[in-house]
Amino acid sequence: MSDPEPELTARERRAILRDSIAVGVATGVYGVSFGAIAVTSGLTVAQTCALSLLMFTGASQFAFIGVVAAGASPWSGALTAALLGTRNTLYGLRLAPLLRLSAPVRLGAAHVVIDESTAMSVTRDSTAAARVGFWATGLSVFVCWNLATLAGALAGEGLGDPRTYGLDAAVGAAFLALLWPRLRDRRNQVVAVLAASVALGLVPITAAGVPVLAAGAVALLVGALTRGADPTEIPEPPHADPHHDPHHSDTDDSDPHQSDSQGPAGGGA
Amino acid sequence: MWAAVLAACAACYLLKLAGMSVPPAVLEHPAVERVADLIPVALLAALVAVQVFASGSGLVLDARLAGLAFAVVALALRAPFLVVVFGAALVAALLRLAA
Repeated sequence: MSDPEPELTARERRAILRDSIAVGVATGVYGVSFGAIAVTSGLTVAQTCALSLLMFTGASQFAFIGVVAAGASPWSGALTAALLGTRNTLYGLRLAPLLRLSAPVRLGAAHVVIDESTAMSVTRDSTAAARVGFWATGLSVFVCWNLATLAGALAGEGLGDPRTYGLDAAVGAAFLALLWPRLRDRRNQVVAVLAASVALGLVPITAAGVPVLAAGAVALLVGALTRGADPTEIPEPPHADPHHDPHHSDTDDSDPHQSDSQGPAGGGA
Repeated sequence: MWAAVLAACAACYLLKLAGMSVPPAVLEHPAVERVADLIPVALLAALVAVQVFASGSGLVLDARLAGLAFAVVALALRAPFLVVVFGAALVAALLRLAA
């Protein structure tokens, strides 16, 4: 293992660990809502926990149960979940040159490539710091998310009709919360309105599940027809404390093109 | 159900692994980047709309819209995720109870 980068000082390491674990815990507790909504949508506790353990990417998990709860085939739920999972591919592209992991380690690391672990590592200026942020965030989200999912699923099991508790309204709110950080951009706002309109227009004339998938075509069309540089968008993690992370607000404009991603940003030995 | 759950899990894992393993040149194209950034926006917006307004194959206005309105206000005030989600549920549940 030859690593030409300078070692992190113990102090830097502790600061990154602290921030990462804070984000991990804050994000992980969302799992309660996922667990409760999943079982009231018709999944078993085991299926709910399998999604959190094996799929482990929140938006895709919520999409799966949302589509299934609407009465669609589980396979359109699976397709919607996979489409939403494509953004993790882009995160991986950004992370790979920064983390510089060996092939066997990548197999494990890939599983914890999610919004939060990406956000807490792409802003670091050395491989060592990025690795600490990536693993600490990814693993703490993983542990908390799965424990919270189990707790939510067990609590949701005895609830009966989700409508009594407004849990059907909670699903829409969860999707809006996931969408919210992406709505600052004007083009995204236009796409969101178009996609929602297309989906609603199709609800009366297509099978459940189709309207959401068809709305994905709006993304394809707008993406193909517009032009201009577009850095990968990584939503801000919750409760990330900006003063610990001076590069925090730079994620939108620090890397307007991808051409420098062959090498890690700096390192500066 | 299990088959779809496991297939979706496998697909999501392979998508993550692909990003970590494929040479960047294969996927780094501006149009690919744009589409991949827009897909979550389009799908999440469609999911919001369908979750809130669809009932079977019809469109309805009901207590879910009040839940969504609460969510908008809570998000604008930077409330935590769980407050947004369970607050929306509470608003819808109370409205139904009152009706």
